[in-house]
Amino acid sequence: MRNLRCDVLVIGSGPAGLAAAYQARECGARDVLVIERNAELGGILPQCIHNGFGVRVFQSDLTGPEYVARWARMAAEAGVRTLTRTMVLAIESSPDGARRRVIATSGADGMLAIEPTALVLAMGCRERPRGALAIPGLRPAGVYTAGTAQRLVNIEGYMPGERHVILGSGDIGMIMARRLTLEGARVEAMCEILPYVSGLRRNLVQCVMDYDIPLHLSTTVIDVAGRERVESVTIAQVDAAWRPIAGTERVLPCDTLLLSVGLIPENELSRAAGVMIDPVTGGPVVDQAGATSVPGVYAAGNVVHVYDLVDDVTASALRAGRSAAGCACCTLLAESCELPVTAGENVHHVVPQRVRLPLVPEEGATLELRVRQPVEKAVRVRLSADGDVLLNKRLRYVRPSEMIGLALQPEWNERLTSAGGLQVDVEEA
Amino acid sequence: MEEQRHFVCVTCPVGCNIEAKVRGTELLTLVGNRCARGVDFVKEELTAPRRMLTTTVRVRGAALPLVPVRSEAPVPKGRLLEIAAHLRDVVLDAPVAEHQVVCADVLGTGVDIIASRALERVD
Amino acid sequence: MTSYDVIVIGAGVVGSMIARALARYRLRTLLLDKAADVGEGTTKANTAIVHAGYDAKPGTLKARLNLAGNAQYDRVCSELGVEFDRCGTYVVAASAEERISLDELYARGRQNGVPGMTLIDGAEMRRREPSVTPQAVGALYAATGGIVDPFGLCIAAAECAVLNGVELALETEVTGIVREGRRVAGVEIRKQMPGGNLAVQKLASRWVVIAAGLWADDLLHSAGLDGLSITPRKGEYYVLDRVAAGQVHTVLFPCPTAFSKGILVTRTIHGNVMLGPNSVSISDKDDLACTREGLDEVMQGALKLVPGLDRRQIIRTFAGLRATQRPTGRSNTGDFVIEVPREVDGLLLCGAIESPGLAAAPAIAAYVVDLLRGAGLTLVERPDYDPTRPVQPRFSHLSREEQQALIARDPRHGNIVCRCETVTEGEIVAACHAPIPARTYDALKRRTRLGTGRCQGGFDTPLAIEIMARELGVSPLDLTLKGGGSRLVTRQTKAVA
Repeated sequence: MRNLRCDVLVIGSGPAGLAAAYQARECGARDVLVIERNAELGGILPQCIHNGFGVRVFQSDLTGPEYVARWARMAAEAGVRTLTRTMVLAIESSPDGARRRVIATSGADGMLAIEPTALVLAMGCRERPRGALAIPGLRPAGVYTAGTAQRLVNIEGYMPGERHVILGSGDIGMIMARRLTLEGARVEAMCEILPYVSGLRRNLVQCVMDYDIPLHLSTTVIDVAGRERVESVTIAQVDAAWRPIAGTERVLPCDTLLLSVGLIPENELSRAAGVMIDPVTGGPVVDQAGATSVPGVYAAGNVVHVYDLVDDVTASALRAGRSAAGCACCTLLAESCELPVTAGENVHHVVPQRVRLPLVPEEGATLELRVRQPVEKAVRVRLSADGDVLLNKRLRYVRPSEMIGLALQPEWNERLTSAGGLQVDVEEA
Repeated sequence: MEEQRHFVCVTCPVGCNIEAKVRGTELLTLVGNRCARGVDFVKEELTAPRRMLTTTVRVRGAALPLVPVRSEAPVPKGRLLEIAAHLRDVVLDAPVAEHQVVCADVLGTGVDIIASRALERVD
Repeated sequence: MTSYDVIVIGAGVVGSMIARALARYRLRTLLLDKAADVGEGTTKANTAIVHAGYDAKPGTLKARLNLAGNAQYDRVCSELGVEFDRCGTYVVAASAEERISLDELYARGRQNGVPGMTLIDGAEMRRREPSVTPQAVGALYAATGGIVDPFGLCIAAAECAVLNGVELALETEVTGIVREGRRVAGVEIRKQMPGGNLAVQKLASRWVVIAAGLWADDLLHSAGLDGLSITPRKGEYYVLDRVAAGQVHTVLFPCPTAFSKGILVTRTIHGNVMLGPNSVSISDKDDLACTREGLDEVMQGALKLVPGLDRRQIIRTFAGLRATQRPTGRSNTGDFVIEVPREVDGLLLCGAIESPGLAAAPAIAAYVVDLLRGAGLTLVERPDYDPTRPVQPRFSHLSREEQQALIARDPRHGNIVCRCETVTEGEIVAACHAPIPARTYDALKRRTRLGTGRCQGGFDTPLAIEIMARELGVSPLDLTLKGGGSRLVTRQTKAVA
């Protein structure tokens, strides 16, 4: 087993990993290493050939491959080292809990044991599979998650099927509806169990409506037929408790069922490393700099909570990379206190779950939250500390699909020193 | 006749919800756009809507069978399927450079199709 | 015309164990299955438990073969390199009434000769399995009960048979048993030929062994015999993520009913937790569909035993069919039907092999050999018979040092394809070139565990398709999930000019 050391080790080279590594170097970490399991850098982005990446970060509308190429160049120029085709198997902690050893494997290098001063978790997320939904019916070929289909179509060059029904209206599902149509296949329907679309409106317009794909809200798949290959699915409307309504069943002939029913932060390594996980987000409990409950371990991007825009992933990774470098260079403030952040009225979750004081201008601390329920009229997003209202932001509407960001202002430091915690509420204006 | 119409701007991922007052193909007033591109978007939607096209084309001699491509600017929405079908018959030879023109002035639209990534030659 | 000494119809765990038992002798044996892989019937979808043997009625074949089969498991699994854990099983009583039935089970177990049984109280049960229901008032512990990899056992037994000279023909459906007067002459088969044509062919054999699970009765009828009628009894299951494994360390049964052993909660040999099965009589022998009602019933039943189960940890559902005997002209004894029918010569029937068929399988194989010998088949031992088979290394089971050595020997073991179950490219390559090669995605799953984790193949499928196509020398377009028309992809994204 080969032993390596580095200042900052980043697991994953998607948008989060590359930005964290780049920023760690820029902030003074000498030896920054990124590990990627795939043959090339970029995580999932090489298969995301659609545009919409980089509007905030680069003020240009890039495709996934272009966005990755930019970050890969920036990271390389900053002196970041990368190991591709390398998979992390375990994160081990020293008996006193102070140091970590990352065990990885690759065909070229064999087993590696890497001891970093700071570790950044940037493993991203995975798709929720059929089994997790317990969709009744047979188990023929032709049931794929949207991301698997995306890889087949865009990278491997094979079509998952010819007539598709898509369950779920997540962004990847909508993007695949357009992609499959452009490749000459048919999309018979998109079904969403919720009464509203779960992905971005923009994608609803340009991926679903532009191509006249039938969208069925409050509808789910209640049966899959076909012994060998999918032959049809039965869809039905659901009531408020998501129970199928008798008499609304419809059989849709198709050969493929694609699932776009949610993403789950990939945290098996984090759990094993003793990182505290938020049961609501499925990701690590972090502070505004991405620091987890384990000293020297940071997290960024979709491993923390699932983002809808890559630019926000990048922003979270820049914050984590900066603090990981600080950890590696021992420049972090020793004295600090932490405030818990509570998700209040109509708030599904808030990240970070705790805010470390004092707030400093360079770190660009931001609260990221999602609402539970859409409100299609003006709302107020209220940030308060023990009832002391710090911010009252008016929005024209809120939707679970669109993350809301609130910048934390260093000028609040004084008001926060005696506070017991922060809370965010979203209420009709 | 004046009417109120709803648009979701697709120019960038922000996806502004725009409420517009229009008369036929003429834009009268609008609210909800966070930047000026929203105005252009609605004007175009009323007259000649355009969209970015992203797809792939076949490539020979690379480690991957396909290279992702995009339109260098939005193309007429009504011609998306036609252009995508046209690109299904294009075959490139590796190496491919990022932003290399794959198909100039695709189907006379005045828009070039360019490669979204580089692919090395593998022999 | 080719002539065999024995044709075994059905390559499930019973047929494969029989084939292996016959491989010990100088015989020309053919093992047939209509599916694209061995073990595609009841073997691939059951509770995977090696029962201790207290359930069956004393004096039945079930009781005898369960006990004898269970006792052979350590040896068989060690010879074949199959994962088996004699972890012990519990029947949990959740009321005073149920507590009484434990005494009955215990007494029956004693009568059947089951060793290692003890009755424990509720407190002791909770000490051993803290997640068990607080209602538990007692339990029957059976130390000889265990869990096994059922398809692993089937594949291993069939591979051992093949390595010892048994011929295996997959995707070969037996359409009927051919008789010449009193004698069975062989079987008629139907086989998919390249190009899609069906070829019908007769294969001659001195003996035909029916080990065809749900279709045993149809085959028996094709030989002009009646007396067996199989009705499928569906059982539905949930599989939970391995993070749930800490909740259940053994096998927890509820108190049995007249019809079934009930919905249980068990650790699997692969470290998951499995819930099920329910028990629904159906008519269609191909109906492996899960239903909402059935799955709800399973969850409710499981929650009675282990109230803390977390639905969010569900990663898969499936259904399996048990080959249950339907009462017909002959009285249904509820027992296995393993016999040489008197009406013909050259036929042996293994019918109605429902639970505890898996536990009994090694003993069923030995019993079948005895019956064949008794009916006049000459059995001469082969000196070169090898009861083992080569076992491929499983990367995730190795120590770091062993992993390092494996990668040094073959760098493809450093390439992890399935991240949830840590399956390497080297393991996939090995499965594609095994004595019985993995030719379908499901076959690959059963051999390597690829795609069986929490992402359910989301990440590995495109990679596995590429590697399998390369190793098997076929186009990805020809790869299937489970044979037949179950193609994984339908065409190339771009037509090849």
